[in-house]
This record gives sequence, C-alpha cells and structure tokens, in this order.
Amino acid sequence: MRALIPVNKVVEHVRTIRNGLVLALGITMTALGASACSGGGDNNPPAAAAPNEHVDLTLSTFTEFGYEALIPEYERLHPNIKITHNKTGQGGPYHQEVITKLAAGSGLADVMALEEGHLSDFLDKGSKFNDLTKIGPADVTPDRWLGWKYDAAKTKDGKLIGYGTDVGPLAMCYRKDLFKNAGLPDDPEAVKPLFATWDSYFAAGADYVKKSGGKAWFDSASQNFNAMVNQLPQGYISTDDKLAVETNQGIKDAWTKVTDAVAKGESAKLTAFSNEWNTGFQQSAFATKVCPAWMLGVVKEHAGAENANKWAVTAAFPGGGGNWGGSYLTVPTQSKHPKEAAELAAWLTAPEQQIKAFQAKGTFPSQVKALTDPALLSKTDDYFGGAKVGELFAEQAKKVQKPQYKGPGDGQIQENAASPALQAVEQGKPAAEAWQQLVDAAKKITR
Amino acid sequence: MTVIDKIAPEGSKAGERVSPRPTFRHRLSRWDVKVSPYLYIAPFFIVFGIVGLFPLLYTAYVSLFKWKAGDDTPDFIGIDNYKDLFADSQFWNALTNTISIFLLSSVPQMIMAVMLAALLGARLKGATGWRVGILLPYAASLVAIGIIFANLFGPKYGLINGVLQTIGLDPVDWQANRFSSHVAIAIMVNWRWTGYNALIVLAAMQAIPKELHEAALIDGAGMWRRFFSVTLPLLRPTLVFIIITTTIGGLQIFTEPKLFDALPGSNNGGSSNQFQTVTLYLYQSAFENSSLGYASAIAWVLFVIIVVIALANYFLTSRLTRTPAVKKK
Repeated sequence: MRALIPVNKVVEHVRTIRNGLVLALGITMTALGASACSGGGDNNPPAAAAPNEHVDLTLSTFTEFGYEALIPEYERLHPNIKITHNKTGQGGPYHQEVITKLAAGSGLADVMALEEGHLSDFLDKGSKFNDLTKIGPADVTPDRWLGWKYDAAKTKDGKLIGYGTDVGPLAMCYRKDLFKNAGLPDDPEAVKPLFATWDSYFAAGADYVKKSGGKAWFDSASQNFNAMVNQLPQGYISTDDKLAVETNQGIKDAWTKVTDAVAKGESAKLTAFSNEWNTGFQQSAFATKVCPAWMLGVVKEHAGAENANKWAVTAAFPGGGGNWGGSYLTVPTQSKHPKEAAELAAWLTAPEQQIKAFQAKGTFPSQVKALTDPALLSKTDDYFGGAKVGELFAEQAKKVQKPQYKGPGDGQIQENAASPALQAVEQGKPAAEAWQQLVDAAKKITR
Repeated sequence: MTVIDKIAPEGSKAGERVSPRPTFRHRLSRWDVKVSPYLYIAPFFIVFGIVGLFPLLYTAYVSLFKWKAGDDTPDFIGIDNYKDLFADSQFWNALTNTISIFLLSSVPQMIMAVMLAALLGARLKGATGWRVGILLPYAASLVAIGIIFANLFGPKYGLINGVLQTIGLDPVDWQANRFSSHVAIAIMVNWRWTGYNALIVLAAMQAIPKELHEAALIDGAGMWRRFFSVTLPLLRPTLVFIIITTTIGGLQIFTEPKLFDALPGSNNGGSSNQFQTVTLYLYQSAFENSSLGYASAIAWVLFVIIVVIALANYFLTSRLTRTPAVKKK
C-alpha cells in the first residue's frame, strides 16, 4: 500500500511539471503561434455585398451599451442583415483578447467596441482598423460628435478608427452631510468655488481634515492624479512617442500636489474598485469623489439606500473639465463586410439611437444633438437629491478641452506605474522613492 | 501474397533454421511485437509533442527575439532578453518573493500535515468524517478562496484586522508590508493544501507494519520515541514526494497573489511588487506589456530553475531512500 502511493504520485508530479510548462508556455504560444500567421494578406477589404444579399454581422461589446432593443430594430430596417451580438462582462479581459485576436489576424467581430482608456493601444495598431471616413456612410460627419470625442479616435496619420458611442464627463460628487458637519458649504452651487482648481480642492481638503477630526477628503490619490494628468496638454507620452514622465513638468507638479494631500491625511487610501473601496462608501470613509457620469450608478450601488440623499453632485470640476470612460465602435480590417459593419456602427452611434441607449442603460451620449435632447436634459436622479444630472453632465461634457495625445503604453503607465506608485505613497513609502518607482516602471513599459 | 506463400515453405525446412528471407507474415508479426507497443503509447507522445514539446521549443525560439504581440517582423536579438532579465531587479524581486512564499507555505505545511495525520491516525469517533473534513478546503474553488482570503486580510475593513484590534493589537496592513503579504498568501496556500498532504501522510503512516511499533513498545519506547524513531523515518519517501510536489506547485504560485492584490486580478503583486511572483511577472510581461520575447525568456529561466530543483530533489530522494538499507546491520 505504501509503495503504491508514491508511485502514483510520481506520475502525478511528472504531470504537474508538464502541466506547469504547458500552462506557462502554452498560453504564450497560443498568442505567438497565432501571430506567426498574421503576416499581411488580409488587408484588402472585399467589395461590398450586393444590395439585398444576406449578410451576417457580428458585434462585440463589454459591460452595458444599451443596444439590446436597438439590434432587432436595425434588423427590421435592414431585412437582409442578421446581427449576432456578443456581450462580455469585464472590460479588462475583453481588450486583452482584442489585442490577441488582432495579432492573430482573425476572430474579431465585424463591429468591435473599444474603450477610451484602452484606445491608445489600438491607435498604435491603426493599420488593423478600417478608416471610417473612407468606408463609412458619407452623411456621417465630424460634427455629429463633440470635437474632443471625435478627434481622440484619430490615428497620428489622420485615420478615424472609431465612431464615438458614450462619454464619461467629469463632475464632483460629495457628501452633503459630512460637509455640513465640518462647517463647509453644502449646497451644490455654494460648493463650486471649492472645486474650482486643484489647489482650492486640496486646500478645502486640508481644511476638512482639520474640522472633521482627521477624516479623509477623497477616496484614493490615483483617482485625482489620473484626472489631473489627463487635463495636461501632453500626457505620459509625447507626440513623437517618447516617454515624457521625467520631462513633463505638469506631471511632476500634479504628483507633488497629490502626494502633499496624502501627507496631510486627505486620502482614505482605498484602492479604487477594490473590495475595501466598496465598503468605504458604506462606511462614509471619504467626503468627495471624482465622478464621471457613470460613477453615479457605482456610488448608488455601494453606498446603498441608507446613504440616499447624503451624496450630491455638482457641475464643477477642478481645473475645468475632463473625461473618464466612454467607448467607440470600430471596424477591424479582418471584417468580411466592412461597409455593412460601418453602416451598422454609424447607425448605432447616431444621436437618436444613443438617446435610447442612454434611457436603457444610462450610457451618456457623445453626440452634440443628443446632448440637447429633452429626454436627456430632463433626466434627474432622486438618489442625489433630485439633481438634474442629464443637464449637469451635458454641461460638463462641453467643458472638456481638446484631447490629449495618448501614445502607445499610456494606459499601461496609468494603470501599472502611476497608480501602484501612488498606492505605495498611501501605504507609507516616501514620495521621492515612489516617484522613482513610477519613472522606472514607466521606462520598462515603454521599453 | 500467394507468391510469397509458395516460396516461403521451400526456404525453411520445417522450421529447422531461420529463413534468410522471412515471409511477409513473419515480418508482420515481428513488427507487431517490436513496433506495436510504440504505436500504443504514441498518442500520448504525439499530443505531448504538440501541446508540450513544441511550445517548449518554440518559446525558446521566441525568447531570442524582441517580439511584441502583433509584430509582423520581430527583431532577432540573440540572448539579449536573457541579459536584460538577469539585470532586471524586478525579476530577482519576483524570484525572492516566490521562494519566500514557497518557504513560508511548505515548511509549516509539512509539519502540520504530519501532525494532523498523526491525530487522524489515532482512534477517533467518526474517523471518515474527520478525514473528509480536512480535505474540504482542497475541494473548494481556488478563485473563491482567493477572493475570500483577500477580504479577510483587507487592511481597513478586513475581519482579521478587526479581530486583532478587538484583542488590543495593532492592525496589520497585509498588502503593504512585504513580509506580512507573504505570510497572508502562505496562509491561503496552507489552508488549501495541508489537508491534502495530511491524507497522503496518513495513508503512508497506516502502511507502517504494526510489528515495528510492537517491537519498539516491548523495547520500552514511549509514544514520542516511537513517533520519532519508527514513524518519521518510515515516512521519509512520502515526505520527499510531498516536498517535490509542493516545490513545483510553490514555484509556480499565481492565482493566490493575483487575487490578493488590493485590486483583485492585478498582475502587479502589490503597490511596489512586494508580492509579485515569477509567474505573475511572466504573465504581465506577455499579456500586459505584450513583450512576448521577454516573457518567453522568463518562462525558460523558470523552467530551468524548476528542473534544477526537481533534479536536486531526485538525488535527495534516492540518497534518503538508500541510506536505511545500507545502515541495516
């Protein structure tokens, strides 16, 4: 009996070695093997199908786009087209898969949704997407969208790879009750001066920490830092695709302001979207929050019914405006029916359809005409004291400046260099050391 | 066929001597004996060749290129990836973390597994129930365990810090501190694997002949003496086997640190990579930084490290299992 066990187990251990290798290497190889056969060839889009020929189109989206009711409508309008809609839950794995399939040269849908934060990785691979100004319907013109939204989807050589769907204009959310207790103004109009500039915002924070007996002002340093860096004329990567972390004074200034605020106890030190952060909403761990339009739903979900009417939102954001989130519909060159795919993308991103998507799932439209639609302007939110959120975020969307150039690796630097470095500061690492950590990590990403 | 049949009997006189030109049937049956076994085991090796050997060799090939995912023409750079890797402090950091987590998990795990096995071997009411009980963590989903433990170890609102504070101790920022994060991850690993290993040890323990214990008892050995002088030495081969499997598993630890991050699923292994393991770094290089060549180099170095340790274990095993026989007499 005793002899048997080890023998069996040795077999198992050999298997474990092999499995391990297959796991570690095999995954890599799947991507590699695929990329090996991607060498050109499929870059010539086939001619458009005959007018009434049957066409199967696929559409891939992640999280919620609010397209469920729109797709049958499109099929009714175009009886020869049949659409298969693939929905994925999480954005992270979704975009990773898009990169793999782009490299593989096959496997993508005819219309692929891409998120703004990941767009820099795809603009870099512009040759793998169709130029929508060339294959899209002629009546779709740039003035359909907010200027910054449209421009952000253009590659360096001027190709338009995506039609804008929704946006995430930034406003400020704050806790009325906590403001009141600390002796700060709490009316949405009266708090606007506090949120005028980043300096006034952090100064108000220091004041709040003192008056509230050491309570935190904001949830997480990186939430503010990302917004600050996004407002700069240039980001982590300069327009000639060089790493600019060390040379861009604006980034260093933002770093200093944020880390000073952390030193003053303004941060609740909760990593955004972590479990602890979710709990932090319930525990009233912080008094203000960077709030893109879609964040209202997140606040509601985590703060819960017991905090209804305590949170408020105001049409102000330090340093002007900003955007966080929102997506585009693209047509990869892999598509067999690029023209039909572009028509579908154009239809879905038309103001009429985006208003319907907004009503279905609250995705905030990026189309100029949609921003003046009564259905949007009349939208209020009882959880936030009946605030006119439609009108408020439409106003915020118009404050966004021209888009910052996002070079390859930009999103990676924000996620895997800047955010961890700020988290390290919040965990007690000296700011100077953490800055070096940011610089080193960014160099590595762009290597 | 018929022609051969006719010729064959002429050559061989009733099987007195072996025909210089064997018949087709003879040859067939000889091939059957010689070749068939290989054919029967071939499916395994063909599958292994496709999903095991080919990726292994192709990874070695890729590791010689500066290969970004989606590159149409990767640049051949020879062993530069390996040079970079050996000069890469993040790699050494990840390797140190891996070994530290491995030691923190395997050493206590072994000791606890043997102790649990000894307890389970004692006469207990409902023995099967207890034995199944300690195997339950092994049956739980790894991801579920990871998420639950990450919650328990939450720095602000985690249960463990809550308990620490209730009994008057300072809370620990489990994710921030390098050592405490390793301890937390090791606890996760131990919770899942200790019971499994204990059952293997228990089976080995029960296979020890009763006569040995009786003989020791007659010689006046107490309970402890019997445990250390009879049970433990006879457990050696089993223990060495457990060491080998935990080594291999421990060097590839991935899911636990990935889920332990403040943002579960991050590949950073903490704000300053304080608990990033080699496999996490490999995954990050390949699928976040799209540096497939560099990731392949990491994979190969990890492979070599595992082979070296496995070989060391092999020699250790053969030495340890041989010694008692030599000592006899």
